[in-house]
Amino acid sequence: MIAALSHPFFLHAVLAGTAIAAAAGLTGYFLVLRAQIFTGDALSHTAFTGALAALAVGWDLRIGLFAATVGVALLLGFLGSRSKADDVAIGSAFAWILGLGVFFLTLYTTHRSTSDGNAGVSVLFGSIFGLSASAAWIAVAVAAGVCVALLVLARPLLFASLDEAVAAARGVPVRLLGLAFLVLVGACAAEATQAVGSLLLLGLLAAPAGAAQRLTDSPFRALALSALLAVGEMWTGLAVGYAVPGVPPSFAIMAAATLVFAATFLIRRPDTGTAAVTATA
Amino acid sequence: MPLADAGLTAWSWNPLTDIQVMWSYPFMVNAFRAGAVIAVLSAAVGWFVVLRRQTFAAHTLAVVGFPGASGAVLVGVASGYGYFAFCLAAAVVIAMLPGAGQGHGEESALIGTVQAFLLACGFLFVALYKGFLGGVDALLFGSFLGIGDGQVVLLAVVAVVVLAVLAAVGRPLLFASVDPSVAAARALPVRALSVVFLVLLGAATAEASQITGSLLVFALLVMPPATAQLLSPRAAVSLPLGMLIGLAVTWLGLTAAYYSPYPVGFFVTTFAFAAYVLARAARTAATAFGARGPRPGTGATGGTPHAVEEAAA
Repeated sequence: MIAALSHPFFLHAVLAGTAIAAAAGLTGYFLVLRAQIFTGDALSHTAFTGALAALAVGWDLRIGLFAATVGVALLLGFLGSRSKADDVAIGSAFAWILGLGVFFLTLYTTHRSTSDGNAGVSVLFGSIFGLSASAAWIAVAVAAGVCVALLVLARPLLFASLDEAVAAARGVPVRLLGLAFLVLVGACAAEATQAVGSLLLLGLLAAPAGAAQRLTDSPFRALALSALLAVGEMWTGLAVGYAVPGVPPSFAIMAAATLVFAATFLIRRPDTGTAAVTATA
Repeated sequence: MPLADAGLTAWSWNPLTDIQVMWSYPFMVNAFRAGAVIAVLSAAVGWFVVLRRQTFAAHTLAVVGFPGASGAVLVGVASGYGYFAFCLAAAVVIAMLPGAGQGHGEESALIGTVQAFLLACGFLFVALYKGFLGGVDALLFGSFLGIGDGQVVLLAVVAVVVLAVLAAVGRPLLFASVDPSVAAARALPVRALSVVFLVLLGAATAEASQITGSLLVFALLVMPPATAQLLSPRAAVSLPLGMLIGLAVTWLGLTAAYYSPYPVGFFVTTFAFAAYVLARAARTAATAFGARGPRPGTGATGGTPHAVEEAAA
């Protein structure tokens, strides 16, 4: 495995993957705590369309990714508090956005002479072994920024997530915090799309966080555990993806994350999850 | 897609010859036949999906179909069988879990993980089946190519069986969907009905996936019946209306996809979503305008789409 690190592509994957996994683990924990995990589902649809729209007009893929995910995260934040929109309308809108993504994919693959035919597949399922040195370092910088911002916000955000009414009464800017958090989720989703792809980023956000919440009751310990689990699963996935020919790294990462989450169901705990979390905070 | 590129088929603005040219290809005729079967079945089952608010279950079942289809291709079977096997199996599993398929609650992290893992499995099968990477788009976003005669027969047989079962349980299912507690009090087997319905939904999802792909089943399963229910509160009107909308959307989508380089999934979703948005706008206009007239929701304002349009005009 040490020999693998001498390959620049693997080194870049480990660098970017570690940072992205840590950011996904931290944001995922708050998403699970705030019962917003399906924001991840919505973002995965828009990430695909944003990335391919940018490619179709000839821009860098990441511009489209970040614009789409952060924009939609903000939109969801503004809509979310105002009204309870129905699932048919939201589901239809996101299905259509995904359909639009396919349109951009075809536009890109048929009209751009320099295009590669697998652009759609690599946006959907990630291409972490294909990251260049500069892309990896940008990913590290953005993911580190997300981590730092989340750690700074962690205490008030935790308070606002566990008991919104009391937090608001104590003068915590609950609404502003919610919006800031969604922007961080958007940035994290855009990063994760480059690693595991837009379809699988939901798993990277949900699995480590769900496992951490089952393993410990203390919110701060769960937060740290979620990030550690995500990084561990990322490393395992990268190693398996490198060692076993034919297995794509994004599948290996998802498989590791799912196995860890499944393993937590075998461990019996004396009391149940969320009620205890609320009690300790 | 390559057909349009080759310049074999250009839209001539003469609909009669255009349709003749299009239907001179057996695969296109098969696509239209399959599309008709799928649209009618999806609208019928989807009508209950919208009523029962089970759109999330439909989405989950469709995601399960993707590893099924790619796995079937990997072992050398037609992808249609994979869709049926996995969607039906998943429907049974979801039916066994109490309270699952609703999309909220504490198990959302679990559902999200399972979805992502299944998609990852599908991707693994695609990657193991070398040289097939382009085909992943067809499985996820739909394709009208490669529907053979046997496939059409299979689709039709499954559709007839599902529609027959749906017709048999339709009345109690409607009652149980609208008011489960009263239905249970009247000794209706509410739980058994919902299990039966999930299995029917699994079959319908598997069929819809074959036109729209795994990720866009909403276009046929949810949007047409939701549009019809916006336009009419009466089941006797909205059920056939949904089928009609589904059929129109599918056939228009197939025609547009045939005469353009863009995939069928994009057109079907766009047409279906446009119909839904128009219906919502018409409904909003009708309620705003008809506030002085008969009360909305009593059936007097929204009997047919024409009535709504007249009320809006």
